[in-house]
Amino acid sequence: MPEAKVIVAKEADVEPRINEWKRFCRVFLARKIIWLALFVIALLLFTAVFGPWLAPYKPNEQNLADSMAPPSRKHLLGTDRLGIDTFSRLIYGARTALIVGVATSFTSAIVGTLLGMVAGFMGGVVNTVIMRFMDALMGFPMIVLALLLAGVLGSGMLNIIIALTVANVPGYTRLMCGMTLSVKENDYIMAQRSIGSSSFRILAKHIFPNTLQPMVVMLTTSLGGIILAEASLSFLGIGIVPPDVAWGSMVADGYKYLQTNPILSFAPGICIMLVVFSFNIIGDGLRDALDPRLRGTL
Amino acid sequence: MERLLEVKDLKTYFNTDDGLLKAVDGVSFYVDEQEIIGVVGESGCGKTVTQLSVMQLIARPGKIVGGEVIFEGRDILKYKPHGEEMRAIRGGKIAMIFQEPMTSLNPVLTLNQQLSESLMLHLKMNKEDARKRAIELLRLVGIPSPEARIDDYPHQFSGGMRQRVMIAMGLSCNPKILIADEPTTALDVTTQAQLLELMTEMVERFRSSLIIVTHNLGVVARYAKRIYIMYAGKIVEEGTCKEIFKHPRHPYTIGLLNSVPRLDTVGKRLVPIEGLPPNLTNMPDYCAFLPRCPYKTEKCRTSPMPDLRDVPGEGHRVRCYVDIAEVDNVTVK
Amino acid sequence: MLSYIVRRLLWGLVIIWLVTLIVFFVIRLLPGDPLLIYLAQNQDINSMPREQIDALYREYGLDKPILVQYANWVFNLLRGDLGLSITYRQNVGKLMLERLPVTLHVGMTGFIVSLVPGVLVGLIAAMRRASWIDNVVTIISYTGIAIPVFWLAYILIYVFGLRLKWLPIAGYVSPFEDFWLSTKHLIMPVICISLPGIAATARQMRSSVLEIASQDYVRTAWSKGLAEKAVVCRHILKNSLIPIITLLGMRIGFIFGGSVIVENIFAIPGMGRLLVGSIFAQDYVVIQANALIMAVIIILSNLLVDISYGWFDPRIRYD
Repeated sequence: MPEAKVIVAKEADVEPRINEWKRFCRVFLARKIIWLALFVIALLLFTAVFGPWLAPYKPNEQNLADSMAPPSRKHLLGTDRLGIDTFSRLIYGARTALIVGVATSFTSAIVGTLLGMVAGFMGGVVNTVIMRFMDALMGFPMIVLALLLAGVLGSGMLNIIIALTVANVPGYTRLMCGMTLSVKENDYIMAQRSIGSSSFRILAKHIFPNTLQPMVVMLTTSLGGIILAEASLSFLGIGIVPPDVAWGSMVADGYKYLQTNPILSFAPGICIMLVVFSFNIIGDGLRDALDPRLRGTL
Repeated sequence: MERLLEVKDLKTYFNTDDGLLKAVDGVSFYVDEQEIIGVVGESGCGKTVTQLSVMQLIARPGKIVGGEVIFEGRDILKYKPHGEEMRAIRGGKIAMIFQEPMTSLNPVLTLNQQLSESLMLHLKMNKEDARKRAIELLRLVGIPSPEARIDDYPHQFSGGMRQRVMIAMGLSCNPKILIADEPTTALDVTTQAQLLELMTEMVERFRSSLIIVTHNLGVVARYAKRIYIMYAGKIVEEGTCKEIFKHPRHPYTIGLLNSVPRLDTVGKRLVPIEGLPPNLTNMPDYCAFLPRCPYKTEKCRTSPMPDLRDVPGEGHRVRCYVDIAEVDNVTVK
Repeated sequence: MLSYIVRRLLWGLVIIWLVTLIVFFVIRLLPGDPLLIYLAQNQDINSMPREQIDALYREYGLDKPILVQYANWVFNLLRGDLGLSITYRQNVGKLMLERLPVTLHVGMTGFIVSLVPGVLVGLIAAMRRASWIDNVVTIISYTGIAIPVFWLAYILIYVFGLRLKWLPIAGYVSPFEDFWLSTKHLIMPVICISLPGIAATARQMRSSVLEIASQDYVRTAWSKGLAEKAVVCRHILKNSLIPIITLLGMRIGFIFGGSVIVENIFAIPGMGRLLVGSIFAQDYVVIQANALIMAVIIILSNLLVDISYGWFDPRIRYD
């Protein structure tokens, strides 16, 4: 027997659009841990921007008279062997971490989006070439690939950003290629094609907006991974070099004094962990709040 | 006379992100031995949640907040949801078939594994007996060459075949009641008819009662003895099948009837019900159907939600202030 | 099935070929002349006769055009010859044979240690969703993912090595020499390698179980009156392990990534330490071989995962 013509509407269709944003905020901000994460990131942004005014000393200002000073009012977290103020170095390190993280994630997102959308939309040989190449890049552990590239390019902030970008592009490319493929199959895209819309127009106006949400989530989550990778490279001594300050190299520098002055290694490590932790929490929070299917799972 | 199952004033609420959602708000109904009843309403009216509440299968953030479910003389809501007693009833005495045959069977287990486990649990069969019984059940529901297919996985069957398997599974432990939640909605029309026929036949053979939950009045017309119409978490009209079809008294029921194709209305247009179901998190004090109601009066707007009241006809009750029989040329346009 | 495996293997070969391209050409962009750097470290180049330098160039094949060098390298690879290390003046294949087992010993132990606890913890957290257990697991797993491995290593060294003096802080002993000592050396590196893995597995497992637990067929299982144990073990566990298995290949990658750092901190003579050392020494022959072997192992394990997938998920058909 035929289906009854009762108007069947899902709850979501009835809700006006404005509520979506409100609901998003409510779901997103419902968990206390999100507030902690947002606070940490706000603090990171603040110190990164106003670092030079906040830091009591220059990050490379030596004062041999105060060498290896314990924490005191003069030096909040003490000093290292050269008498450089640890607290000031931490503040400058925040700037490095944020710059590398943001620059890398945005460049890799842009490159990955372009490659992924082209691969997904063109299909065929183009898809095969791009995606197999990405598979090959993904064959390397991220840190190894970044290490190789940094070895080739040399140390320094710009080179690290480039190295980490190459290591991060495959993830974005895969995501965008998959998204493009799934969106492309939708009826409304077919309809667009049938009325003769150009490929570029379809890509830009119809496919791209659909891929924004997972993109934002990936951007946030990958920030944590990138900062961690930068710290690892700097720790190994193939990353950020003076005069720039990196938390990773601060940890490494402290190794010799682990027995006598563990703060030198422990303090920057805590900074890295808090920041990565917060980006991951926010990324997952965004995912949960944006994806109605997962709503309330955390 | 004692009812087999009697649900009294059942309330199941969901604590959602958008506030308290009263999915089932004071629902009462009963089923007698070997009786077939229908529960009809639009998606989201609470008909499925009502049945899941009977089985105590409500998951977070839902909660049964009130009412009684009296089965064979005992209030089974008093049992712990995952306690021994409730589990003995679930699947053993009351079984349920779900809407989506494509997703209601576990994709990584064979039919034998899925059918035998209830048999071994409730009827204490051993592995071999359970397997034999499972094959027998599959044959009963019309699966061709069940011996060969019992070790297949669900994805190797069509939707209709899977729903047959679900029926076999539901009836495997000779339950007193089989609850079929939209059993045919996901299937094509010919399969629907076959399955309904099979289901009623099987229920008769197993001497079970059957609760058919559907949004399609047409589905229950032929088989159900009595019908409950649900709207926005409440029963708005109840009565025998005949009464409901001949003398519908609630505007919503009339709307439902007008939207079902019938032999006596051939050639006439099907009339959809205007508007959308209400948002259950933010219910007005007055009648929930009011915004869509073509018969509304001033009284409806100013008075609280009407109670179910008796009207002429056997067991016929309706939740409406307006006596539609007197309003105008009644019934189906 | 067979044709699927063959096809996957062929694609695997193509990807490995692409990997050789990346490894070779990226590394050949290394600044400086590796041979000169090596020579400069050891002797006075200026006093060296020109012919001797040229002879060395010929010995390493560096006098030929780069494409010929690539062809030679691949050809030699196929014969099992990984080349001659510039700094170690030793056959790289032999070098790898010394280093790889060490990395595998540490890495695989970490890999195995990370699996079971991760799966169990994630499962428990999901089944007791929103309870205190779940909250604790969630916080700890986020911390575990965010913790820098090198920093964790330092904390462990500080606590167990320097303060409590329970464990040696550096070095590696083969288990065949002295199993007990070897294990003692292994404890801290394995914790460092496995902790992020445990945390990540727990998190994935938790969300996977939650996803599966909300499926219709799990509701069907509950509706049969099965006990929680039966529902979890028979209906939820197997299904929710599927995505975890997909990620196993990736985990191998993390193990190698982690080994780079961990081996450097604990002075373990494995591939990771060798890689970093060779990058500093610009020993391109070793870097190439090292990176290639890591990539090949990762790609092969991903392939294995893909192929074994069907065993877990009968819906997968190989066509």
